Amino acid sequence: MYPEDFRYTKDHEWVKIEGDTASVGITDFAQSQLGDVVFVELPEIGEELKSHQTLGVVESVKAVSDIYSPISGEVTEVNEGLNDVPEILNQDPHSKGWIIKLKIKDKSELDELMSASEYEKYLEGLKDEE
Amino acid sequence: MKKTRLYKNHKDMGAKMVEFFGWEMPVEYSGIREEHLAVREQAGLFDVSHMGEIIVSGPQALDYVQFLTPNDASRLDTQKAQYSALTTPKGTFVDDMLVYKLEDTEYLLVVNAANTDKDYEWVLSHKSGFNVEVENVSDQYTQLALQGPKALDILKSLTDIELEDMKPFRVRRGRVCGEDSLVSRTGYTGEDGFEIYTLSPRPEKIWESIFEKGKKFGVKPIGLGARDTLRLEACLMLYGNDIDDTTTVLEAGLGWLIKFKKGDFMGRDRLLSQKEEGVKRRIAGFEMLGRGIARHGYPVFIGEKEVSKVTSGTFSPYLKKSIGLTYLPIQYLGPGTQIAIGIRDKKVEAEIVKIPFYSRKKE
Repeated sequence: MYPEDFRYTKDHEWVKIEGDTASVGITDFAQSQLGDVVFVELPEIGEELKSHQTLGVVESVKAVSDIYSPISGEVTEVNEGLNDVPEILNQDPHSKGWIIKLKIKDKSELDELMSASEYEKYLEGLKDEE
Repeated sequence: MKKTRLYKNHKDMGAKMVEFFGWEMPVEYSGIREEHLAVREQAGLFDVSHMGEIIVSGPQALDYVQFLTPNDASRLDTQKAQYSALTTPKGTFVDDMLVYKLEDTEYLLVVNAANTDKDYEWVLSHKSGFNVEVENVSDQYTQLALQGPKALDILKSLTDIELEDMKPFRVRRGRVCGEDSLVSRTGYTGEDGFEIYTLSPRPEKIWESIFEKGKKFGVKPIGLGARDTLRLEACLMLYGNDIDDTTTVLEAGLGWLIKFKKGDFMGRDRLLSQKEEGVKRRIAGFEMLGRGIARHGYPVFIGEKEVSKVTSGTFSPYLKKSIGLTYLPIQYLGPGTQIAIGIRDKKVEAEIVKIPFYSRKKE
């Protein structure tokens, strides 16, 4: 379910590293919690983001949810397709539903993020709390 | 937290449960959009047992209901229900509700779950001088709503009640799946449909039979999420959002339910003088022109000036537009009036449109 080569945050974002660039999206768990996504607010290309800073907003019919940048960096691309077809976030959150690409500023920040197996354990913990 | 008698059915059908004013209720099953469209195009079944039921009985039951409400309860018979309200002396809402006449001396008030305790207190506390009893029977009733163009086809094979010639707001008694029930042609979705009230200890028989019988018609279980988007498209008011004890019945655009000629009732003087002077503000519907979704509480601007707040707002799954309601000074109510909604740090353009946003095509 959760790709091995991604890193994950407690706020349910994922990061995929390709050289100096990172793609960022929300996890399958996040999209299932949100329900039908109907609107995505994206940042501007060129914007400098710090880790934990709000990079955009995802809205489902019922809920409004901020998305936080898992790491620091400059926005190099945004997924414009989400403006017209926001439901990609529900259908394919780990691939076609990527939200932004960042030029990574400090690779050491990645060490603070969870691996796929750590994230799955974290989700188990959340379920137990219910 | 309170659970309805159908709690296990909801869990078995994969519902996502949420707390709703002390009740653990299904918010969605397969997804709000899919559920919403099922009700518009086929049929959907809702467990709305969290709704409150209050019985007013006794020799002066009619007089008392007449005193508490702006609609004319003397026009009811045991075959008719009406939309009405509990009003304050200011003509504002304690709650909105349906009124059923069960017997000559017995009326059933169906109120919002969020307000059941408050309403019960209200009805109890004003009864001095009236020879009536007031009882809160909310926990005894299971209430289901079967809504959508296929609702009639599904329900008619499960009941001995003649449904086809029932007009909107008509009420009949009989058996549904063998269980004694009260059935009315009412709902909160803007579609044709029925609401079923039963005191049966086995309401799951009805729930399950409707899915068995309704399968070929595409019936789906519907949660509170789609209930809200459906009612907003149809511009049915939600207490706590669009109406409350600061908004009068006239301002809410519900003047049609006030029957001034019936005699005195709580709030009559204020409503009458407001009617004569003309309301200063009224509820209005808007559509977003720019990108964004208006939500309850967001500020509403005309030019640079904040004039109001959004009372309800959502993305409409049927119309595929962002829509909302707000109160505006009457000079701005005309369709086409440009407004803006404050969404996070931006002002996003919107336009006043005719309401309701959605109305069912009549055959």
